[in-house]
Amino acid sequence: MIGFTLRRLASALLLTVAVTFVTFMLIFSDGNAIARATLGETATQEAVDAKALQLGLDQPVLTQYWEWVQGVLHGSLGNSFFTGEPVTAMLLTRLPVTLSLTVIVVLLTAVVSVLVGTLAAVRGGWLDRGLQLLAVAGAAVPAFIVAIFLVLTVAVEWGLLPATGYVPFSRDPVEWVRSLTLPVLAILVGSIGGAAQQFRGAISEILQQDFVRTLRSRGIGEAPIVFRHVLRSAAAPGLTILSLQTIGMLGGVVLIEQVFALPGVGDLAVEMTLRSDIPVVMGCVVFTVLVVVVVNLVADVVGAWLNPKVRLA
Amino acid sequence: MSTEQVVSAVVDREVAPDAARPAAPHDDGRRGDRVGRRLLRDPLAVVSMAYVAVVIVVGVLAPVIAPYSPDYVDVDLANTAPFTGDFVLGGDSSGRDILSRLLWATRGTLLACVVVLVVSTVVGVTGGLLAGYFRGRTEAVASWVADAIMALPGIVLLIALYTVIGPSIPTAMAVFGVLIAPANYRLVRAVVAEVRGELYIDAAKVSGLSDLRIIFRHVLTAVRAPIIIQSGFVLAAGIGIQAGLEFLGLGDPRVPSWGGILEQAFSTIYLNRGAVVAPALVVSLTILAFVLLGNALRDALQGSGRRRPATAARVAEARAARPAPSAAADAEALVSVRGLAIGYPDGLGHVRPVVDGVDLCVHRGEIHGLVGESGSGKSQTAFAMLGLLPKDAVVLGGAVLFDGADLLADAGAMRRARGTRIAYVPQEPMSNLDPTITIGRQLVLGLRAAKRMSKAKARSHLLGLLARVGIADPEAVFDMYPHQISGGMAQRVLITGAIAGDPELIVADEPTTALDVTVQADVLALLRELRDERGLGMVLVTHDLGVVADICDTVSVMRHGTIVEHQEVRGLFAAPEHPYTRELLSSALDPEEA
Repeated sequence: MIGFTLRRLASALLLTVAVTFVTFMLIFSDGNAIARATLGETATQEAVDAKALQLGLDQPVLTQYWEWVQGVLHGSLGNSFFTGEPVTAMLLTRLPVTLSLTVIVVLLTAVVSVLVGTLAAVRGGWLDRGLQLLAVAGAAVPAFIVAIFLVLTVAVEWGLLPATGYVPFSRDPVEWVRSLTLPVLAILVGSIGGAAQQFRGAISEILQQDFVRTLRSRGIGEAPIVFRHVLRSAAAPGLTILSLQTIGMLGGVVLIEQVFALPGVGDLAVEMTLRSDIPVVMGCVVFTVLVVVVVNLVADVVGAWLNPKVRLA
Repeated sequence: MSTEQVVSAVVDREVAPDAARPAAPHDDGRRGDRVGRRLLRDPLAVVSMAYVAVVIVVGVLAPVIAPYSPDYVDVDLANTAPFTGDFVLGGDSSGRDILSRLLWATRGTLLACVVVLVVSTVVGVTGGLLAGYFRGRTEAVASWVADAIMALPGIVLLIALYTVIGPSIPTAMAVFGVLIAPANYRLVRAVVAEVRGELYIDAAKVSGLSDLRIIFRHVLTAVRAPIIIQSGFVLAAGIGIQAGLEFLGLGDPRVPSWGGILEQAFSTIYLNRGAVVAPALVVSLTILAFVLLGNALRDALQGSGRRRPATAARVAEARAARPAPSAAADAEALVSVRGLAIGYPDGLGHVRPVVDGVDLCVHRGEIHGLVGESGSGKSQTAFAMLGLLPKDAVVLGGAVLFDGADLLADAGAMRRARGTRIAYVPQEPMSNLDPTITIGRQLVLGLRAAKRMSKAKARSHLLGLLARVGIADPEAVFDMYPHQISGGMAQRVLITGAIAGDPELIVADEPTTALDVTVQADVLALLRELRDERGLGMVLVTHDLGVVADICDTVSVMRHGTIVEHQEVRGLFAAPEHPYTRELLSSALDPEEA
């Protein structure tokens, strides 16, 4: 188990290094262009050169990456080209928004998908057909378009909930819930459609296994079979499904933040990309990769721990 | 983004396993016809294909059919609602016709589709071919890269790369093509690995074809179908990503685009509510069309078309065709099966019987063998006696009388009888234990479901039984997981589970087939001892006449769903009546077969 965890940790680290390296090489490849972008099209070449020198963009890109890595090891992601503010500080102010949104969606997706997926697998019938429909619809309509329809109806037509903006929990918990309701709903349609459908598949696969028939032969009722045996076996595939959904929804979150004007990490990434504030953009990539790596790592390790064959090895 | 999940989920889980079965290359023409006909029979496929065709025509003919140029401005019509003025779908905030702009923007979408399709196919197929063909380190590295790319949310990378790419959607979509190529890569690699192992590659090598031609000729034929299916999902994902990037303002502001129009309409949603509807619908419907087309292609190309369930009328018809249970039940019998008939839907709306008019009876203390080749219906008969037939099985008639009461007709009574009066010993010991919990815990759960007793009492009762069935250290085995014990031990644990509730009848389905020869005799001896101790009735399903000779008192021989002969064991071996029984006996005696 420890060996397994260490191998996963090493592979996670490798992924982080590889992705940040490739992204860094690509977006820092042309120092002159970056310096020009920060100054505007009208800047003179002298000014651009001076700016490149000031920002360290005249160095070979490998040297720049090495310096960036050393910064990261000391807990620094560099400073914004525009405000000079540390990137980590900028990310920290945006983090609560993105994390609230993601964590709420993941929790709700997990709870609803397990319920609906299990019921659909065990009972079948209209619930099962409804789930198939939701899965296709959820796959077809991107979250940001669901969001637009929600804004159009709930916020603009009926005026029930705010269309835009974010209120921190610490300032007003009720408004915090109101400001996050529509964004959460918009992502949930697709994530539940996908996760519940896959969870349904996992459950019906387990229900067809031999040991379930043997449990039935012992006189155990359907409910205890599902709750004490089948769901336990479904935990590991369920975790994988949930981790895939979580990573998949990160992209959707960026667009959702834009639709609802939520000041999260995705919103920061888009804003700073348009302004060529490359250290900040790089910081947002690091954040995303870390989320991906941590989610995968947790799902792998917990999934392995749930399997007695791996846990006791 | 949800569309990325379509590809990672739908494609990995559903297409890949089937795709590993390469199509036979020679019957291509007929296959094409058949696929075409299947697609045309599927209404969703027809509607999706028609929709996609319309999108393509609109894209090509946009300059002809669009009422205005995309840049035509009529300030008076700025922010007009749909269906109110000259601009059918309304005007945007600058006074341009939304309909015309949507029509023109179709061209950008089509171009992006072509780019994504070409890049993802070329990169994925090439990578998959090389990795699958050369294997070794090439494959390890390529697969790691593919996994790494798949693990990342594509749109975040595309946003970051905007600083390099700039506002060019075709370039961005080429990058997206690379990001989604792993889906194709995995498919192709799996198929190549499969095809490579097959003989015709070896034969081609001998006949002197070069490696490259081998790859092209054989593998490309085999991967074509899965790639086509995948393309539907890849395009769906691509259109979602493209609209997303344009909506974020990362597209080219000078060219009309679906996502860009949507963004402009959304920014003026309070001034002109209806304007967002058309662009949002266009994007959603186009993605939907590709998702549905992918599903339909998968059904058509992989022959997994919807199976028609048996209709109620057909089931009633099949039931009426069975005769009423013939002989009266034997009053002495512990269990007697009368006129049992079971069928399965054949996928064309009918029910195909697999067990037809089976009668058998078992007395207390009797071990009754049910013999036949696989598919003869002997296991179906056994499961019917336990009320554990698969979900899609249809009981066409008959009765299972246990102490005179029909359990087949009363699911509740059957469930109460399971575990306490009728028990089951399965074939495969390993797959019949729940792998996630300890042996002791699953035995206790089973026993307490059958009989009300405290956990402590259940535990001591079970420990005693484990010792009885020949497990040396019951306390230790109690806390082990199924994977930690041997097959023979697992079968003893399952027998413990079966007798724990003190049943009167045991139905054993090939209880020794999966065991080592040395263990087989021990398990049979154990079953015989338990019968003697407890006066159990037993139905023993087997294909092995040696087992029958060893342990059974009476035998029924099954073939094609009916019982062809019923005898005492001695009589069966001495004087078989039915020609099929004689055939079975002679093949069992034949040393080559045994």
